[in-house]
Amino acid sequence: MGRYLIRRILYMLVVILVVSFITFSLMHAVPGGPFDKEKKLPAEIIANLEKRYHLDQPLWKQYLSYLNDVFVPQFASEGPKGLVVDDDFLINIKITNSFWIRWMNFGPTFTSRSRSVNDIFRQNLPISVQLGLMALMIAIVIGVPLGIISALKQNTVWDYLGMSVAIFGVSVPVIVLGPLMIWIFGVTLKWLPPTGWGSKPPYFLGVFPTNLSWDYWRTAIMPSVALGLGSSAILARLTRASLLQVIREDYIRTARAKGVKERMVITRHALKNSLIPVVTILGPMMAGLVTGTFVTELTFGIPGMGKYFVTSITNRDYPVIMGTILLYAVFLVIANLLVDIMYAYLDPRIRYD
Amino acid sequence: MTKPVSLDSKEFGAGGKPISQKGESLLKDSIRRLARNRAAVVGGSIILILILTALFANLVAPYPFADQTLVDQNKVPQWVLNLFPTMQPYAKLSPNYFLGADYVGRDLFSRIVFGARVSLTVAFIGPLISLIIGVTYGSISGYFGGNLDNLMMRIVDVLYAFPSLLFIILLLAFFRSTFAQPEPGTFTYTMGQLDAATGGLLFIFIGIGLTAWETMARLTRGQVLSIREKEFVEAARTLGAKNGRIMFRHILPNVVGPLVVAETLAIPGYISTEAFLSFIGIGVNPPTPSWGSMISDGAQVIRTYPNQAVFPALALAITMFAFNFLGDGLRDALDPRLRGTQ
Repeated sequence: MGRYLIRRILYMLVVILVVSFITFSLMHAVPGGPFDKEKKLPAEIIANLEKRYHLDQPLWKQYLSYLNDVFVPQFASEGPKGLVVDDDFLINIKITNSFWIRWMNFGPTFTSRSRSVNDIFRQNLPISVQLGLMALMIAIVIGVPLGIISALKQNTVWDYLGMSVAIFGVSVPVIVLGPLMIWIFGVTLKWLPPTGWGSKPPYFLGVFPTNLSWDYWRTAIMPSVALGLGSSAILARLTRASLLQVIREDYIRTARAKGVKERMVITRHALKNSLIPVVTILGPMMAGLVTGTFVTELTFGIPGMGKYFVTSITNRDYPVIMGTILLYAVFLVIANLLVDIMYAYLDPRIRYD
Repeated sequence: MTKPVSLDSKEFGAGGKPISQKGESLLKDSIRRLARNRAAVVGGSIILILILTALFANLVAPYPFADQTLVDQNKVPQWVLNLFPTMQPYAKLSPNYFLGADYVGRDLFSRIVFGARVSLTVAFIGPLISLIIGVTYGSISGYFGGNLDNLMMRIVDVLYAFPSLLFIILLLAFFRSTFAQPEPGTFTYTMGQLDAATGGLLFIFIGIGLTAWETMARLTRGQVLSIREKEFVEAARTLGAKNGRIMFRHILPNVVGPLVVAETLAIPGYISTEAFLSFIGIGVNPPTPSWGSMISDGAQVIRTYPNQAVFPALALAITMFAFNFLGDGLRDALDPRLRGTQ
């Protein structure tokens, strides 16, 4: 397992490097620059701005220095200096007063002179993560039991009901469900606030809100249900199919034949095995949820990372494009690694070495 | 439970004497199973109606999709007002628009009808592109194996780590600004013109195609890997068949079924991707109507004129339902493990 993990982590690094290279090449291949405004700036000002952000250097130099800033830990004699956007590292570890290890400087943003990409990560990313986690919870909490009930009561009303919910979930995308929910629960019934998100910094562990209140949950219900429903449908269908298959296996018949109680047969023997394919889908599903968060954020007007994706590309805000895409790529490869580890835990026949 | 196909009552004459012992072809069998699946038939019928609507949109729609009548902004007919009573205090009535008019006085119904063209084109071209790229890539990788296979699959792994929607947005930005050069006669100019002629759809197709083929490639590779070891492939090779012939005549026909099913099930994904791109304003060029852009426009006024978002949203949802039903039905009909059972 240890050797496998090391190999996987090295491989992850390669993937991240390739992703960064493709993104970097592609975004610089797009014609136009960050300072091409509708009202043209004088050439000297553009030259100065490009010099300020090191855009006047050859591309390979820019790429290497970006890699250096982001991936290589820096040894510095002093810590964070406050509002200096060029010197904003995500991780600052103090060893002694005059010796710091600082890591992950994603650079300044071009569109706002006083914000760094790390500021976006600190202020907007937690909201997206909260939304994504809640949607994942909803997907699992609704999807898996729905699939189990449908499978155990196959071809009954429960089964049809469960599978109708599932087909509704896969057929109704967030951009449909969002406006419909806003109209029904936000505008007509006035039960829930139609837009917004109720969390503010400071965040616990950089992610979780500390000021939990009823208002926070009220704003969170609609977007997380809208986002999670599609995934819960996928989970429900998969759980049902997988459990139906497992129930027909010989060892289940054996368990029943030796007189094990039905409840034990299901919980001990059938469920664990039927969840293996369900776990494998979690990796791709998280990828879907990640991209889903910014669809949801745009629909519900949530101040997460979503808007930066679209605007950074149209504004040619290079550090923001790089930062956001790298962040999501890192997240996806880690999620896939966790899924593989979980897979080995659930199925003892699978051993990585 | 029905009886096995060969004992089907149709094949027995009077007195139970068998008339013929003709074997059922795989395709015929599948079609019959599909026809027996009620949800799939309903889905298929809806898709058929949608295709006809899209083809004859000029005849179905009462107005051209871009016609603005500014005095009729946001007007609604009586039945829509009854459906959305919150509009009662301020909505202006007009019987001329079946579902109401939008914020510049364009007929919503006509725009939804023309919007079917965009969604359906995506529904058919998207899978086609991803099939062509994915099958070619996957079969080369699976057929030749070895280091080439290894390299090709690692490339797919890396592409998997890209959030595909963001990749499409980046690609769209790249295409749109690269091909916008006004120099007639060049390749880029022609591409730009083609894109403009399709209302911005061409680059959406390329973007979707370039990001959606990876799953197809993996699936094809797996299938090819299992089939290329079969005896009939070996027999063909012994008889001196070339690689190309083995690939196209012997292997591909045997892997096509699961691929078609996978693509059918992926269609709702393509439709919602286009809708989302149009929703955030980088999809089709205005005034070409897309359900996504209509939902986006409607969402702006959802507190005042909910009909403008709800109707295109319903159109999109119904289409997605139809494709999901048909895809599920196809999978059940073509899955060989279910053959001979119901």
